[in-house]
Amino acid sequence: MNITFYLAATIAVLATVMVITRANGVHALLYLVVSLLAIALVFYSLGAPFAAALEVIVYAGAIMVLFVFVVMMLNLGEIAAVREAQWMAPRIWIGPSILSLILTAQLAYMLVSNEIGNTGRAVVDARAVGLALYGPYLLCVELASMLLLAALVGAYRLAETGRSGVIKGGH
Amino acid sequence: MTTVPFGQLLILPVLLFALGVLGVLARRNLVFILMSIEIMLNAAGLVFIIAGARWGQADGQIMFLLVLTLAAAEVSIGLALIIRIRARLPSLDSDAANLLQG
Amino acid sequence: MMHALWLVPAFPLLGAAILMLSAGRLAPRAIALIAVLPCAASAIVAITIAIGFITAPPPGHAFSQILWQWVAIGGFDPAIGLYLDPLSLVMMLVVTVVGTLILLYATEFMAGDEGYNRFFAYMNLFVAAMLVLLLANDLLFLYVGWEGVGLCSYLLIGFWYQDAANGLAARKAFIVTRVGDTGLMIGLFVLFTHLGTLDIQPLMHRAVLAWPHGSNIASLAAALLLLGAIGKSAQLPLQTWLPDAMAGPTPVSALIHAATMVTAGVYLIARMHVLYALAPHVQMAVAAIGAATLFAAAVAALNQHDIKRILAYSTISQIGYMFLALGVGAESAAIFHFMAHAFFKALLFLAAGAITMRLEHHEHDIFRMGGLAKQLPVAFWSFLIGSASLAALPLVTAGFYSKEMILSETWAHGGAVPILWVAGVVTAFVTALYIFRAVFIVFFGEAKTPVVGHYGIRIMLPLTVLSVLAIVGGFVETPNGLGGVRLFSHFLSSVFGHVPLAASATETPLLVVASLVSLAGVALAWLLYLRPAPRFVAWAQTQAVVAWRNFFLSGWGFDWFYDRLIVQPFLYLVRINHSDVIDDVFTGIADGCRGLHGLLKQTQTGRIRWYAAWLAAGSIVTIAVAVIR
Repeated sequence: MNITFYLAATIAVLATVMVITRANGVHALLYLVVSLLAIALVFYSLGAPFAAALEVIVYAGAIMVLFVFVVMMLNLGEIAAVREAQWMAPRIWIGPSILSLILTAQLAYMLVSNEIGNTGRAVVDARAVGLALYGPYLLCVELASMLLLAALVGAYRLAETGRSGVIKGGH
Repeated sequence: MTTVPFGQLLILPVLLFALGVLGVLARRNLVFILMSIEIMLNAAGLVFIIAGARWGQADGQIMFLLVLTLAAAEVSIGLALIIRIRARLPSLDSDAANLLQG
Repeated sequence: MMHALWLVPAFPLLGAAILMLSAGRLAPRAIALIAVLPCAASAIVAITIAIGFITAPPPGHAFSQILWQWVAIGGFDPAIGLYLDPLSLVMMLVVTVVGTLILLYATEFMAGDEGYNRFFAYMNLFVAAMLVLLLANDLLFLYVGWEGVGLCSYLLIGFWYQDAANGLAARKAFIVTRVGDTGLMIGLFVLFTHLGTLDIQPLMHRAVLAWPHGSNIASLAAALLLLGAIGKSAQLPLQTWLPDAMAGPTPVSALIHAATMVTAGVYLIARMHVLYALAPHVQMAVAAIGAATLFAAAVAALNQHDIKRILAYSTISQIGYMFLALGVGAESAAIFHFMAHAFFKALLFLAAGAITMRLEHHEHDIFRMGGLAKQLPVAFWSFLIGSASLAALPLVTAGFYSKEMILSETWAHGGAVPILWVAGVVTAFVTALYIFRAVFIVFFGEAKTPVVGHYGIRIMLPLTVLSVLAIVGGFVETPNGLGGVRLFSHFLSSVFGHVPLAASATETPLLVVASLVSLAGVALAWLLYLRPAPRFVAWAQTQAVVAWRNFFLSGWGFDWFYDRLIVQPFLYLVRINHSDVIDDVFTGIADGCRGLHGLLKQTQTGRIRWYAAWLAAGSIVTIAVAVIR
């Protein structure tokens, strides 16, 4: 199982690197799907099969499909890809890379220096999650539902187009 | 069931999160910035899962569920905004959308 | 009845409030009613209180009424309270009665003026402020009245504000008295820091206990209060505002000169007489200032053309007599003269107003009047009675008794001060000369300006009442040789502890001298101005004499002197500091802020990635802090 984890982790990191370096939007999205699937594998290896399933269905499925729709709707063609490549000149990466490296080093240092322990590791199946979710965490379900409702209304209002096809509001 | 030590397990979300930050800072296209934010959110969800596994409790997965919901909501709003910006500005260059300049 | 004391200042204040708030929406008849009634009510209350006070004096011959506490901060707890003793009673009576008469007169005098409502609002406020000043229990409350009087005088002198000259005169009055007010305020600070209270009666007790006779600090406090008194009472060297204050309507002048404002300084010194007794040098200065002022102002009055300016200088001169009396420790004589002066000066001003309002173009120059005795008999007889009282014609006038009292007290004060007495006697002569000069020029000779209009009852009545008062007002106090009535000084003795003069060998000669000089003055005026000898006319036109006359006409050149001494240097400083050094400091601060703003603005690029980078950097720093700990 350890090899599964290391493999999945490597794939996830490499795929993510590809995501942030692609000039073509659709390519980047496909790499992101790969990364998410790899992370789902990691979930599974950590004894969270329900979360792994959700990761595949919701993240890699629904959310990524939304992205694909939008990218295609915006029609980011060849010209956009060329411009993206121009925007990704090497010197652009210097500052953000330094910041990210420092952040990584800091977080890694904190995690390694703390004794986390190595016990636990029981499979928490969908039944356990469901019982907890509709038991003590009922309020979280309500919060999530409201969040989604707000997102639904907000997205509808923001992307609404008038009869003439012109987007309304937002003066 | 993996037996990798938790210290090493946690390196993965750290790396993913840092890559997400890198993407947000380095990319100019708003779609890519949104993708990078997704990466960061996912890294945060991964930490919850790892923590849930550490204590063998369901709470971690429930928090992951909440993060998932948040990501869905955020993406829908973010993409709607991108559509709106696309209608007003010639490109999705985040540097061009600088109307808040002081 | 004594507890109704608070009504006395409250009535005019209420009248002023009603008139101000109604803002001219009332009919003129209603305004006139609201203008006079509160003051008349005050006068009635004051008279009732006075009767009660005299028939059944309160314990200690003083009554105090605390209305409410003003503030209480540490040891500083001034009260809003009223204090009634014979001194404030006399002043209150005079102010309310004379004020009522003047207001009654003004309702007719000001008829048709577009500021009718405003005028009476100010007048009522003026009377209220003066009553507060007189009745205040506490120096701080007194200061409220003091400043209120100053404010109202400013408003009323500049009442006809469309003419810029009137505004200038008002400003001058305000600024010049302000010089004195500053001295008074510092004096109050000195008193409070050393004695710890401003309540007048405890203050006097503590002063006597704390300060030895002639101590420096007592002298300092007394001198600072004197500065305030000089400013308000228009004494040398702060007298320049009063002649210009004639810019206001005539009833205002009457009120300022007779009842309110200028007598405030006299009252202040009389009220604080214990303090002045502790500072003999300052008291001597009071007498010296009074003597110098009374003479200088009388000489200036002799050379004026404007009938109101003559009266203005005459007021300065008569207040000088009061200061002289205060300076020689004869406070009751000063207050007696104040009372007599209030009657005859109000009468003179109202009569002068009655003359000018009937002349075409409201003529003020006495040399363009003439022969008015037959045409304006009421004004003539009023003015004549007032003049006789001012000139102290023997036996029949109030002014004679009060002035005689001052002169004999001055003589009795000691052999070292005959100079003061001489000044008083010489000025008595000049006084008779200048006022009868005005009488003869205005009322006799040939008519030069036509007369129009007629008088109503509201003008006749105050003139009549004041005429009677200007004659009989003096019979409450007569010298030993003439019956020795001592009602007035007995009444005031509980305040001042001053015993009237005993009969002495010098008294009769002094009385004769005082009578003779005033008669001589009238006689000389008769000779010089009614039937002028050609030689005198020629002499008066010689170059040197004309130069002197112009010098006196300008009031001894004080305005010129102050212009050179203060105004011009100040204007020079204003010119060289035109760009304002201090201003540069503040514009510098503003520029600095703008520069910093420009720098900070650079960070607001509007670029999302830039903000995100700062977010990341901030997170790194925060985590670094957490890690290093």
